[in-house]
This record gives sequence, structure tokens and C-alpha cells, in this order.
Amino acid sequence: MLEKNNRKAWLYLLPAMLFLGAFMVYPLVDVFVYSFEEGYNFASQSFFGTGLYNYRYVLRDPYFMQAVKNTFILVIITVPLSTGIALLISLGLNSIKKLKELYQTVFFLPYVTNTLAVGLVFMILFKKTAYSDGLINLLINFFGGSSVDFIDGPYWAKMFVMCFYTIWVVMPFKILILTSALASVNEDYYKAAKVDGTAPFRIFTKITLPMISPMIFYLVITGFIGAFKAYSDVVAIFGTDLNAAGMNTIVGYVYDMLYGNSGGYPSFASAAALILFAIVLTITCINLLVSANSDNF
Amino acid sequence: MKVVLDHLTKIYPPRNKKDGGFVTAVNDFCFEIPDGKLIGLLGPSGCGKSTTLNLISGLETPTSGRIFFGKDDVTELPPENRGVGLVFQNYALYPHMTVMQNITFPLENLKGADKLSKEQMEEKALEAAKMVQIEKLMDRKPSQMSGGQQQRVAIARALVKRPRVLLLDEPLSNLDARLRLQTREEIRRIQKETGITTIFVTHDQEEAMSITDMIVVMEAGSVRQIGHPQEVYEDPKNLFVAKFLGTPAINVFEGRISGGKLYIGDDAVMDAPAPDQEVWIGIRPEGFIPAADGPLRCRLRGVEVMGRDTSIISENDHCQSDTIRSIISSEIRVDRNSPEVRFAVKPNRTYVFEKESTERIYFGWETPYSPNEDAPSCAGSGEAAAQAGAGPTKATEA
Repeated sequence: MLEKNNRKAWLYLLPAMLFLGAFMVYPLVDVFVYSFEEGYNFASQSFFGTGLYNYRYVLRDPYFMQAVKNTFILVIITVPLSTGIALLISLGLNSIKKLKELYQTVFFLPYVTNTLAVGLVFMILFKKTAYSDGLINLLINFFGGSSVDFIDGPYWAKMFVMCFYTIWVVMPFKILILTSALASVNEDYYKAAKVDGTAPFRIFTKITLPMISPMIFYLVITGFIGAFKAYSDVVAIFGTDLNAAGMNTIVGYVYDMLYGNSGGYPSFASAAALILFAIVLTITCINLLVSANSDNF
Repeated sequence: MKVVLDHLTKIYPPRNKKDGGFVTAVNDFCFEIPDGKLIGLLGPSGCGKSTTLNLISGLETPTSGRIFFGKDDVTELPPENRGVGLVFQNYALYPHMTVMQNITFPLENLKGADKLSKEQMEEKALEAAKMVQIEKLMDRKPSQMSGGQQQRVAIARALVKRPRVLLLDEPLSNLDARLRLQTREEIRRIQKETGITTIFVTHDQEEAMSITDMIVVMEAGSVRQIGHPQEVYEDPKNLFVAKFLGTPAINVFEGRISGGKLYIGDDAVMDAPAPDQEVWIGIRPEGFIPAADGPLRCRLRGVEVMGRDTSIISENDHCQSDTIRSIISSEIRVDRNSPEVRFAVKPNRTYVFEKESTERIYFGWETPYSPNEDAPSCAGSGEAAAQAGAGPTKATEA
């Protein structure tokens, strides 16, 4: 009986297993294999030998190291900042009564806007050409500063735009999640705390924060993963030649290795992709360990 | 601690323009709760009992009226300075804290001279936990406990600061029937041991009647009657109270007083020395006496014998509900096959109310309720007439 049920169970799982196998497991294994095949050529399906050369090449490539540095800066700055600001805005939204729905809609708008279109808007806001300044530079001039080329200028300026843009784009979803998390905290907890004379800040740290902590962890983990995979946003602002702009990301590097001007190197691309996979896996595991050790209900 | 509510009124403004008018949640509530008593606030949902509790706790401020704890006017005081303990219907235990942390939480808020060391806090928490018998569960999280245990933790948390007044908002509603019985006894025991004045909100009249010293019956923000539970049951001041208390519910008839007799339809059921008028008549299920020559004629629908008691289900065109349920001793045999059943009524279980105001009409023979003696099971009108001058107890003015 158990045997029979087991067979049935596998039968029901078969469609999903087939799809996952064909479109996830097989490509993953393939990428893994590519990353060890030296000088693999798509056209001739041939390679010189196997070994760790691809990894050695990628890790010594200054463009890759630049991409790793950019990605890490992006992750470390945008994930905590966007989550923190989203929490503050959600707390604000939760405490106002008038026009609450209007504000919630306004804050959610960037989420439904196309990232490339938003990127274009950011470029126009921040750009500086020989003939004209963007709105931001006009503001800087107004306060007595001199124009900065945020799109084609110094590294810190470009990184600032990149982080600003990323935070702005990921914020709506976080606000949405956190406002609903805050609203779902039972009013009675606050009443109980109030009867006991708990100070507002203590209510926030001892009650509100622990109660919504599962949602915050969720946002941090997905935020890390999302930021590590950043690519289209960068293209939207800085164009496709990211290596030249010094603003490449790891995913951008993988893309360039496959299809870019310097492309045609699937082995290097695979190695870079697996390095990214290892980084994301490590960070996610650390995150999960931390959240498992903290307050659980 | 004596609690005095002095013309307490709470009016909520309209939520939005479409919503319309102001809502009076509590209307001119006057009551003096004696020290160390357990008081039940009883009423249907939306009658203002929880609002009254919130006003006493300080979570809400009254629109007008004053609240006194003993001689202190606490109307303007925030909740933490009133010395109240509040237990919620859903317990509101912090899910991320252990039982110990939950109980010490109120103590950690103490500032200045009242500030306690960690050892003192834990000692006090353990003391409160012992009172509700959960001292072995101090390291558990609320999710690892049953509803009854969580309820005890909530009570311990409310007691740990030694409040002057303990407030319980529907404390038993989330428990299953058996636990509810057990927990209400427990609440009574804890209240007696600590001697803390306790106010207990419930919509369940059985709960209120079983453990409280006094009940306050509310309807639509107004107090309808205050008194000892049995007194309110035996001597309802108006139709609402009569209908709200008692299971099975009271049977209500449309009737009239005519020529000193009380009529249901064409049946003169008893004497009624009052001016002729249309009235409501309420008869408790135990107020019927089946008798072959009884004046009240009803169509018999069924007889249910349940051990000690027999229920007679019958119909009468003048009854407000479809069926009349009367409960008699099962020693009295009823002919199940007869199409008609005739009843005499017990005058002390039959209440007559004015048609418009639904206020009780007294005839002068009613016995004032005294909690120390058992009320006579079937007081004849003759012996009660001797006390006619005494009139009903005026509990509302206590």
C-alpha cells in the first residue's frame, strides 16, 4: 500500500519535476560544466581542456573585480537604507488618518513604473552636458555649488545616483509589505502596553519591531538577493558599455562575457555566474542563521 | 478600592460625513462599586460595556463625567498612573516573550523610586504566577501554551503591579465550554484572595450571574439595572432586563390589564390591581404551573423530559416568539397527546411592563429581594401582600 502510494506521489510530481529538470537543473549543471571547460566555443562545441583556469581568469580580471566591488557597495548601502527608510515611511503612513490611501498609492507608484523609464528620468535629472544641466545640478548651482556630472563624471557621483535609484525603485514594495505588517499587529498589544505605562520608544523596540521582524527579515533577504542581481537598472542609467563607465555589476559582467562587445566567452561567463551564486548562497545562509537565532514566536 | 462613576458619558464623533450623527457609547453612567467586590458589566455587543471598561482603565477619556478611585479623581490621569490591571479577550500576550518576560514587562516600565532590580522583578512575577498556578511554565512562549494557560498568564501580568482595580474584558470568550467553567471559578478565587475590586465585562449572562457580587445590565449605552445577580433575575425593572437574563429566555406575551385582571388574549391569568392599559407580560419558564383548570390556554407542541426537569413546548397567538417554553418538575406528568395544555402562572415569576416605556408595573405584593435568605420558591400573593408597602429595592440609586 505504502509502495503504491509512493509511486502515485512521484507520478503527481512528474510534470513539475520535468519542467524543473529541463529548465533549471539541466542548465545549472550545464553552467557548472562550462565553467570548468577551458576555451569552450559555442559554434564548434569544442574546448581545449578542463580545469580551474576560467575561475583564475575571472578573478584576475580587473573588470570583474570592479563589478564585484560595485555590486557589494550597492548591496551594503541600499539594502539597510531602503529597509530603514521604508520602515520610517510605513510607521508614518500607519499613524496618519487623513489621506492615508492617497499617500499609500503615491508611495506605491514607482513599483508599477517601468524601470527603464524611471532610469531615463533619473538620467535626465542628474545629467550634465556641455550645454545644459539637469534639475539636480540646477539645484546644486542654486545653492552655490558647481555642477557635477553624475552620469559620466567621478565614480562617487555615479555610485550615488546608482544607490539613489536602487533605493527609490525597491522602496514601494518594502513600504507595501511593512505597512501591512504594521497594520496586522493587534491593537490590544498597544493597549496592554499603554495600560502598563510603556514609553513610545520602548513600545516600538519591544513590541512593534519584534512583531514585524519576520517581515523585515524577509525584506532583507530578498533585498540582498535582488541587489546582487542588479543589472537592468544600471543599464537604464549608464548605457550598455558598463565596463567603460566603471559601473558594471556581476550580472552585467556575465552578460558582457556572453553577448557584449568583448563577448563570446561562455566559459568565463559561467565561472562568474557560479561565483555570484556562491556569494548569494553564503549571504542568504548567514541571514537565515541570524534570523533563526533571533526572536521567534 | 472603591470605584465611583459619576455621570460618565462617552460620545464618539461621526467617523466621516456620510456616517451621520454622533454615537453615544456610554450615557450618563452613575455607579459606586464597593471596595473588593466583583462586578459584572453585562449586555449585548455594542451596548457600551467595553467602552465603560476603557474609560475606567484610562485608554479612553470621557466626554463628560468623573471617575474616582477611592477619594482620588482619576478622570484626567493616564492609564499607567491609575493603577489598573487589564486583561483582554484575546489575552494580548506578547508572542515573542516568555511567560516570565511577559509578566515582568509592566514592572520594567517603572521609573525613579519605584524602579526594581531584576531579582525583585522576577520574585514579584513568580509570586503573581503562583497565584494563578503557572509557576512551572515561566520559560514557555505563549504559542506553547493552551488558551486557559495563556489566560492565566494574562491575569498574572495584570496582577503583578498590584493594581487598585482589575479590569477583565470578556476574559472567557475565547475558551471552550469546560475551561470557561473552570476559569470563571478561578477568577472568583483569585479575586477573593487578592481582594482587588474587579470589573468583569461579558455578554454571557450565565457567566455574570455565576461569579459576580453585582451585575450591571447595559443596553445602548445606558444602565438598565444594577443589583445582585439573583435580584436582577427575580425582579427585572424593565422588559429588556427580563429578556436578557435567564436561559431558557423569558416568554413575552402581548396582553392587557382590564378591570383589575391581567389578560393574555381572552384568558385572565391573574389579578392586576392597576389602571386598564395594554401591557407586555413576561413569564419565566419556571413560572408556569400546568393545571387542568388553569386560565392560560396554549396549544401543546411537544414535551421534553430531561431527568429532573420537563420542558413543555406550546404555542399561543399572543406570544412574541413562535413557541412558549415552560419548565416544570418531571414529577408532574403531562398528557402528551392532548391538543391543549392549560397553565396557571406564578405571580412572582410573571412580570408586567408598560407597553410604551417597557418599564415594570408593580402591583404591590412583590417581595423585595434579600440575598441572605433563599427566595420563597412560590410565594403566594397573600403572604407577600403583607410587605406591599416595602416596594421593590431601589438598586439603581445605590
